[in-house]
Amino acid sequence: MPDPTATTPPRAPSTREECYVLRNIPAAAATAMSEPICNVLRYKPTTVLELRVRNHPGTMSHITGLFARRAFNLEAIVCVPRAGGAESRMLLLVAEEPRLEQVEKQLAKLYDVLAVRHRDDLGPEFFAGLTLATAG
Amino acid sequence: MKITGANLLRTLLERQGIHTLAGLPGGAILPFYDALHGSAVRHILARHEQGAGFIAQGMARVTGRAAACVATSGPGATNLLTALADARLDSVPLVAITGQVPLALIGTDAFQEVDTYGLTLPITKHNFLVRHIDELLEVVPLAFQLAESGRPGPVAIDVPKDVQNATTDVPDDAWPEPGRALPPPLCADAPIDALAQQLAAAQRPVLYLGGGVITAGASDLACALAQRLTAPTVCTLMALGAMPPEHPLYMGMLGMHAAQGTNFLLDEADLVLAIGARFDDRATGKVAEFCPRAAIAHIDIDHAEIGKIKTPFLGLVGDAADILRRLLDRLPAQARPAWRARAAELRAAFPLRPPPPAEDPLHPINLCRFLGATLPPDTIVTTDVGQHQMWVAQAYPFRQPRTLLTSGGLGTMGFGLPAAIGAALAAPGRRVICVSGDGSILMNIQELATLAELDLPVALLVCNNAHLGLVRQQQELFYRERYSASHLGAGPEFAALARAFGVRGHRLDPTRDPLAELAAALAQPGPCVIDIPIQATANVYPMVPPGAANRHMIAAPELQPALAHA
Repeated sequence: MPDPTATTPPRAPSTREECYVLRNIPAAAATAMSEPICNVLRYKPTTVLELRVRNHPGTMSHITGLFARRAFNLEAIVCVPRAGGAESRMLLLVAEEPRLEQVEKQLAKLYDVLAVRHRDDLGPEFFAGLTLATAG
Repeated sequence: MKITGANLLRTLLERQGIHTLAGLPGGAILPFYDALHGSAVRHILARHEQGAGFIAQGMARVTGRAAACVATSGPGATNLLTALADARLDSVPLVAITGQVPLALIGTDAFQEVDTYGLTLPITKHNFLVRHIDELLEVVPLAFQLAESGRPGPVAIDVPKDVQNATTDVPDDAWPEPGRALPPPLCADAPIDALAQQLAAAQRPVLYLGGGVITAGASDLACALAQRLTAPTVCTLMALGAMPPEHPLYMGMLGMHAAQGTNFLLDEADLVLAIGARFDDRATGKVAEFCPRAAIAHIDIDHAEIGKIKTPFLGLVGDAADILRRLLDRLPAQARPAWRARAAELRAAFPLRPPPPAEDPLHPINLCRFLGATLPPDTIVTTDVGQHQMWVAQAYPFRQPRTLLTSGGLGTMGFGLPAAIGAALAAPGRRVICVSGDGSILMNIQELATLAELDLPVALLVCNNAHLGLVRQQQELFYRERYSASHLGAGPEFAALARAFGVRGHRLDPTRDPLAELAAALAQPGPCVIDIPIQATANVYPMVPPGAANRHMIAAPELQPALAHA
C-alpha cells in the first residue's frame, strides 16, 4: 500500500484492483490537493458519470438530494451550461460499488435528468486537475 | 383573453377534469380561493391539510386517476407532507397545490414562509416552484402527466401569491392539452418468450402480486395466468382484492402477518414471478432467505425496481396488463396436480384461529368475517394502521380491486377517515367503511366535521382496545412485556364524540348480541361511528419477528377461554 501522503503518483496500475490508483496527476496538482481529497481519489475505486439535465433552479437539489438520501457519497462534481443555457452537463465522480447501479436507475427516473452515461474515458485525474483552482 | 394566475390555475384544473378538490385556505392561497368562488369545481373543506391530502388520496385510490388537493404556505404545506410521502410510497397519483409567499419575499423568513420546494423534493415524484404566471400553462398539465405516467406518484406545485395575482394573455389557441399518462414502456418479445419457457418448465411456480397489478388493471389477467399455470398466488397488502379469496389457488397475503402455510409455500417454490411488487421488507422478511429455492422473475413498470432488493434471472419492464396478455398468448394450460394439492394442503393446515364467534363475536377476525358476509362485495374498506389493519387484511374477503384503501408503505395512522371521505366522494352510491383503532382515529378525528357536513355514507368502526395495539404486541413479544407508552388511558367515548360532531354514534355491548346491533347500525343511512370494544390482549398472529426469515413465524398460542371484556 503506497503512502497516502506521498506527493508523487505511485507506479502505473497493472491490475483491476489498482485501476483506481491516481494516474497522470501533475506533481503540482497532487501537492495542491488537500489531504482528504487526495486520499479519496487515491484509494477508492471510482467512476465518472455524465448527466444531461435541464438547467433550472432546483435541478442540482434533485440530484444531490438523491445521493444524500441513499447515503451515497459524491466525491466530486462539475456542472456547465450547454445548449444555450437550456441544459447542463454534469460530471460526477462517484464510488464504483454495487449500489451505484440502483443510484443510476433512480437518477434516470428524475424528470430533470435527460440522460445518464458512464464516461470511462475520464478518471479521477480529471477532477484532481481542478483541485489546482481550489487550492490555497 | 386576459386572465389572472389564480383563474388560470383553476381553469387548467377544470380542463384536467378536476371536479372535486380537497383543501384548506390561508393567506398565500387566497387569490386561488377567490377564483374558486362561484366555479364549477366542488371544494371540499377539510379541517386539517393532512385530511385534505388523504381525501384526495381516497379519490385517487378508488378511481386510479390523479386527484388534487390545496393548502396555503408554511404550516399548510408542512401539514400536507405526510399525505404526499404516503402517496409516494404507495404510488398514488396526486397533484398538490400550495400557496407560497410572494416571490420578492422568498428567502426573507416571511410570515408563513417555508421552503416547500425543498421539503417536498424527496417525497414527491417531481415538484415545481412556479416563478412566472406563464409557466402555469406548462407546469399544470405536466404535473398531471407525471403523476399518472408509468409508476404513479405525487407531484407538488408551489405557487407564490404574486404569481396568482399576476395577469397574462392566453390566446384561445394557446391553451395546452390536459396532461395525460404517457404510453408505458413496451416490453420486447424476447424476455416474454423466455419467461413463458421458464414458467412452462417450472414445477412449483408461485405468482407474487403487488399493488402494481391493481394499478395496471391487470387483476383478471393475473388470475387467468394463475389458472393457466396452476400457480398458487400470494398478494402483498397493496394487492388484496386482485384475486378473490374463494379462488382455489389464492394463498392470501405473504410476509409478516401471512398465514403460515403461505410463507412455507414460498419456501418450496422453484420459480416466483413477482408482478408489480417491490419486495418490501414486510413482505419478504429477511431478504437473503426469501424464496430460497426459487428463481425469481420480475415484471414492473419501474425499471429501478428490477434488481433493487432481489436480483431476478429475468426482469421485464412494462405495463403488467400488456405483458400478462402477451404471456398468456404463449402459454398452454398446465395442470401441476401435485403442486396444486400441496398448496391446498398448506392452506388447510394453517387457518386463522380466532376464538369461536359465540365466545368472542367482536374478536376483530370474527368481526371482519361478519362484515364481509354482511356488506355488498363492492364495499370500499379503508383502514388506519396497526393491529386492526392486519386483521382486516387477514380476514376481510376483498373480492374486487380498489376495494381496500390502506396506507401500506408509509404506515400512516390517521389515513383511514379522510381516505374514506375521499372514497365516498369518488364512488357515489357505494358503501364505505373505515376500520380504525382507538389510537389511529384520534390522529385525524377532526375530519368527522367534514364527514358530518358532507353527510356521506361512511361508517367508522373503531376497534377499541385502549392501546396502541401493535406497539403493545411487540412489547409483549420482543421487549419482555415492558409496556412503554402503549396504553391509551382516558380514551374518549367515541359515540359521544361522534354526536358532538353531529354524526350518529353507537357503542357495541359485547354481552347483548353486538353483531345484531352492528348490523342495525350499518343499516341506517348516513355517516356513523361505531365504538367496538375488543380485548386488549388480542394479538395479530402469525407474526414474523422483525428481521427474521418468513419461515420463523410466531404462531397463535393455544386459545385461552375468552377473558371478560374491559
